[in-house]
Amino acid sequence: MATTADHDKLNARRSIGWKGMQRGHRTHPLEWIAEKGILLVSLSAIVMVFLIFLFVAREALPVFTGQLNTASGQKVIPVADMEKLSPAELEAYLGLTPEQDAKMDADTKRTLMEVKLEELKEASTDKDTRVNTASWRYFLRPFQWTGYNKPVYIWQPVSDIQKYNIVPLLIGSLKATLVALLFSVPLALGAAIYVSQLAHPRAREWLKPGIELLAGIPSVVLGFFALIVMASVLQSVFHYQSRLNAFVAGIALGLAIIPVIFSIAEDALTSVPRSYTQAALALGSSKWQAAWKIVLPAAIPGVFAAVVLGFGRAIGETMVVLMASGNASIVSWNIFDSTRTMTATIAAEMAEAVVGGPHYRILFMLGTVLFVVTFVSNLVAGLVIMRLKSKLEGKR
Amino acid sequence: MKKLKSRIAIALAGMVIAGAAHAGNITVTGSDTLVILAQKWAEVYMGKHPEVKIQVSGGGSGVGFAALQKQSTDIADASRPIKPAEKAECVKAFGKVPTEYKVAVDGLSVYVNDSNPVKELTEAQLADIFTGKTTNWKDVGGKDMPITVYSRENSSGTYEFFKEHVLKGKDFMAGAQTMPGTAAVVQAIANDAKGIGYGGAAYGGGVKSLAVKKDEQSPAVLPTEETVLNHTYPIWRYLYNYVNPAVDKGEVAAYLKWIRSDEGQQVTKEFYYPLPADLRAK
Repeated sequence: MATTADHDKLNARRSIGWKGMQRGHRTHPLEWIAEKGILLVSLSAIVMVFLIFLFVAREALPVFTGQLNTASGQKVIPVADMEKLSPAELEAYLGLTPEQDAKMDADTKRTLMEVKLEELKEASTDKDTRVNTASWRYFLRPFQWTGYNKPVYIWQPVSDIQKYNIVPLLIGSLKATLVALLFSVPLALGAAIYVSQLAHPRAREWLKPGIELLAGIPSVVLGFFALIVMASVLQSVFHYQSRLNAFVAGIALGLAIIPVIFSIAEDALTSVPRSYTQAALALGSSKWQAAWKIVLPAAIPGVFAAVVLGFGRAIGETMVVLMASGNASIVSWNIFDSTRTMTATIAAEMAEAVVGGPHYRILFMLGTVLFVVTFVSNLVAGLVIMRLKSKLEGKR
Repeated sequence: MKKLKSRIAIALAGMVIAGAAHAGNITVTGSDTLVILAQKWAEVYMGKHPEVKIQVSGGGSGVGFAALQKQSTDIADASRPIKPAEKAECVKAFGKVPTEYKVAVDGLSVYVNDSNPVKELTEAQLADIFTGKTTNWKDVGGKDMPITVYSRENSSGTYEFFKEHVLKGKDFMAGAQTMPGTAAVVQAIANDAKGIGYGGAAYGGGVKSLAVKKDEQSPAVLPTEETVLNHTYPIWRYLYNYVNPAVDKGEVAAYLKWIRSDEGQQVTKEFYYPLPADLRAK
C-alpha cells in the first residue's frame, strides 16, 4: 500500500516535464506556467550568447574566408566615355548593384562618373596599392612597406595604404594581461589563504566583503585613476620613459581582477573539508603549515579556475587599457613601453570605420578572437569548478 | 478610475497631435571637433527662434556622413572635406552630391611642455619627428633627451588632417601614443617634459604652442586669429557643414545661413576662428 510519502515522491518526480500537467500540477496550473516561464528565461540567456557570437562572427566571416580585398588599381574612365560602357562594365566600375543601376537616371550616373574620376585622381601612386592588405599574410607576418627600411609589423588602418597587422595588438593584450596576473595573483591568493585559513572568524567577517568592495569600482574610474594619479606616481618611482605604458595599465587591470580571483579562490579554499586542517593541526603542524602544505594543494583546481577567470576578465577589459596604456601599436616585450590592446583598438576605432568596409570587418574579427578566448577560459574555469564541487560533495 | 483613464487618453492624444503639428525640427550630427560649437549655435539660434528645435549629436565626421547618406540627419558636421567614396554613397542614396558649406576656420597647434627650450620648428622637422625619423630633441635644437610623440586616435578628423598635410601621407611612427582627445594630449604633454603633440585650441596649462615655419627661410609663426585667417600659419583647415540639396530649404537653409552670418560667427569666436568676411553669408 503506497504511503503519502511515496505518493509525494512520485508526484514530485512527475511534476518535471510535460507530463507534469497531467499529474501533480492539475490543481496548480499557474505553478506549471511559472516553471515553464522561468525555464524559458534561463534558456534565453544561453540563446543570447549564441546569437551574439553569431552576429559578431557573421560580420567577421569575410575576413576568415579570405574575401576581403583592398587592392586598388582601377583604370580611369573619362566621363565622356560613359555611353561606350556596357551596363555590366558600368556597374563594376561604379560599384552598383543591378537594382541600383535600374533605378538611376543618366544624370545621376554622370554625377557618379565624375565623383569616381575624382576618387581615382586622388588615389595614391604608391607601388603597395596593388597589394591586398586585408589577407592573412599581412595580418600576421611583417612586410616592408614604402618608406620603411626593413620589414615591420604595422597597424595603421587609416592611411592611403591600409595596414592591418594584428601582431602588435595581440602582443599588447597579452602583455597587459600578464602584468595584471603577475601583480594580482600573489595578492589575491595571499588574501584568500589568509581570510579562509588564518584569520580570526571575526576578522573574516569584515575582510571578505572589504576586499570584494574592489569589484564595485567601475572600470572607467579605475582607468581615470590610473591615468591621472598612478601613472605619475609610478613614473617618479621607476623613472622609465613612457608615462603611460603596459606596466601602469597592468597594475590598474590587476586591481580590477583581484576581487574576481579572490572570491573564487577563497571559496575553493573554504570548500576543502575542515577535517584536513584539523588532522594536520592534531598532528602538530602550525596553522600556516596546514594552510600552505595541506589545504592549498587540495584546492588547486579551484585556484586554477580563479586564475583562468581572472585572465579572461583582464584580456576583455577595455576602459582601463584605453585610458592608461598609451595605445601605441609597437611590437616589444618591454613592459615599460606603451601598448595597444585589441579591446582598446575596437573601442577607439569602431566609430569611424565605414560599415561593411575592410576596417570594420577586421575590427569584428578582433572581437571574435576576444570572444573565443574569454569564452574558452570561462568554460574551462566553469568545468573545473563543477568537477571540484561534485568531488567535494562526495558524488565522485 | 474610468474618468482618470479617459483623462490620460485625452492628454496622450493631445501630446501626439502637438508633436505631429510641431514643425521645424532640425537634426545635426557628425564631428566631435564641432559638437560643442554646434550645440552653442543651436542654443543661441533656438533662443532667437523658439519655434525651431535643433538636435545636435557627435560621433565623428564619418558618422555624420553615414547619417547623411541614410538621410537620418539634416546637417552633417565635419572637420574634414567629404571623401569621394562618401560622396558616391550619397549620390547612390539620394541622387545628388551634398552641398558643402564652410562654417569656421581651425588652426592646429603643435604643443610641447613649458620647460622645453625649443620654440620653433619647420614643417619638415615636424614631419620627421612624427614619422619617427628624428628621435632626440638635440637634433632639432633642444636638450639631449628622447622625443615622446603624442597623437590622436585614427578615428579623429584631426589625425587625418595632420597626416595628410604635415606628414604628406606618410605613416605616423608606430610608437606614437594615441590619446582620445585634444585635452588628453595637452594633459599628457603637461606631465611629460619630452612630449610633443598636436591638437586644436588648448585648454590647459603646462604646455605651449610652437611657432611653425613653412620652410627654413620663412618666418616662424604662432597660431593666432590673424595668422590663421590670413594663412601665414601653415597648419590650418576649414570646418564644414554638409547638407542634402533636397533638404536645403526653409528652416534648414535659414539656419545654415545664420551660422555663416556675422551673428553666427560671433559665437564661433569662443571656440575656433571665425570665417573671413568674403566667405560669410549676407
